[in-house]
Amino acid sequence: MNNLNDLEKKINSELNTKIKNSEIRHNQLYISIDCNDLMDVCVFLKSNKNTKFRQLIEITAVDYPEATKRFKIVYLFLSHEFNYRIILSYFINEKEVIPSLTSIFPSANWMERELFDMYGVNFKDHPDLRRILTDYGFEGHPLRKDFPLTGHVESRYSEDQKKVINEPVKLEQNYRNFDYESPWKGTEYIKRQTEKNDEKN
Amino acid sequence: MTKKIKTLNLNFGPQHPAAHGVLRLILELDGEVVEKADPHIGLLHRGTEKLIENKTYMQAVPYFDRLDYVAPMNQEHAFALAIEKILQIEVPIRAQFIRVMFCEIGRILSHILNVTTQALDVGALTPSLWGFEERETLMTFYERVSGSRLHANYFRAGGVHQDLPRGLADDILDFCESFPKIIDDLETLLTDNRIFKQRNVDIGIVSKEDALDYSFSGVMIRGSGVPWDLRKSQPYDCYEQLDFKIPVGKNGDCYDRYLCRIEEMRESVGIIKQCIAKMTKGPIKSLDGKISPPSKKDIKQSMESLIHHFKLFTEGYRVNKDEIYTAVEAPKGEFGVYLISDGTSKPYKCKIRAPGFSHLQAMDYLIKGHMLADVPAVLGSLDIVFGEVDR
Repeated sequence: MNNLNDLEKKINSELNTKIKNSEIRHNQLYISIDCNDLMDVCVFLKSNKNTKFRQLIEITAVDYPEATKRFKIVYLFLSHEFNYRIILSYFINEKEVIPSLTSIFPSANWMERELFDMYGVNFKDHPDLRRILTDYGFEGHPLRKDFPLTGHVESRYSEDQKKVINEPVKLEQNYRNFDYESPWKGTEYIKRQTEKNDEKN
Repeated sequence: MTKKIKTLNLNFGPQHPAAHGVLRLILELDGEVVEKADPHIGLLHRGTEKLIENKTYMQAVPYFDRLDYVAPMNQEHAFALAIEKILQIEVPIRAQFIRVMFCEIGRILSHILNVTTQALDVGALTPSLWGFEERETLMTFYERVSGSRLHANYFRAGGVHQDLPRGLADDILDFCESFPKIIDDLETLLTDNRIFKQRNVDIGIVSKEDALDYSFSGVMIRGSGVPWDLRKSQPYDCYEQLDFKIPVGKNGDCYDRYLCRIEEMRESVGIIKQCIAKMTKGPIKSLDGKISPPSKKDIKQSMESLIHHFKLFTEGYRVNKDEIYTAVEAPKGEFGVYLISDGTSKPYKCKIRAPGFSHLQAMDYLIKGHMLADVPAVLGSLDIVFGEVDR
């Protein structure tokens, strides 16, 4: 097991039905699987003597609101033994409940809580699925693309009620998001012209 | 006759000075023994990842200063490396040395803070007074190169913002000469100190296996005897050309982690010296005008530079569609950036992997069965900074 290509071959041959796609970029191995095979693949990666991905670095999600399978769930693993990184991913739709990795990697606990908090992804068999980063009593999932940058509520201390209260956000000026995708095509035609001239000469 | 045991719930923080920021720790106590710890985090949550999605790549850099605010440039480094790898930019060698030098200064900054406040938590006041003087000196180096003591905003994709001002390298060298003496002084106060040892030896022991299972990195994993440092195992920038050692602990307790940090500071001083010695004159940022802004002088004289300047500071540079994870060895452990670009000038997604998040998660495992007074000692040796845990 000296390089990433061998690792890719090895994983593909051992788990051939479970790996949907694999490629090597930036010295990392990207693998896409199916949600149902997650547990099997993770157990294999962690325990096999040729892979030994002992450490779960991070779990995260990417939101593609237009797609039917809205969330891409990404797992990053690290093998200290062989010095490899692997990026495992699969797509799910919004309502899907996915298996929790806490039984294999204890560190998955908070990472999955964060996903639940930030994206509203639900986990099966998670010991303690609570919000983690947002405030007590927070509503919504901030990292979804349809959640506004300014949020929905703002808090202030109310002198009348003698406590901190939440109110709908009121901004004097909206957040300005400029569109730089100019319809002007730039100087392509000049380039083509000069290329033609170069060819002639 | 059986006596019914009632556990006591104690709310530690969020305003406790030994909580190192805004940690709310709910402890379940049986007498003085901790049975369960439930950390409540997020009191410093600012939605950094969401904000970055709405900013151009250059505008996103300052957010990284505000994560682990005791070693700002180390975080910027991870982000800069991610963009560089996607865009395949060559970083000039001088820029690499400058970046590595300031990352090591950041490591010393962070370790001084941690070692001295850990001592403060267990009752020693003097180290923090001595250590913070040195931090002040280091922060003036930050200020001279970037204009601010803490939130540097200095690293760019393709290099750094500006070259070192005249005389800075010599002053840093002077510091490297005097600083090992300060480390020795700190050690005379702490290393063989009976009280310090009583409070730290055999407290918060982490086994090798558990360190891996709980996704520990940095000093937390090296203290347990795993020789793992990204600067050696997956070298980035010019670390390959530098000669340094990785201190590794034996017992995995708070005391070993303290020793590792002290040794790492000495190694960092060595790295800084080597960087200054090997630094040659040359460009400090990528020469590609589509990535690096032109100099002020050029803007006044060249139309093309003016256009570049305008485009870079309004639209920003575009980054082609890709997906990448880059990690650096920050003082606290593996700090990573998982970046998804979509061809526009703003990141589609930027997940920040903060080492402190995984470390704090293991609080319940670390503290179970310990006394209440050990909570600050363990927390201190975890090296928690809430800027990065809460993001």
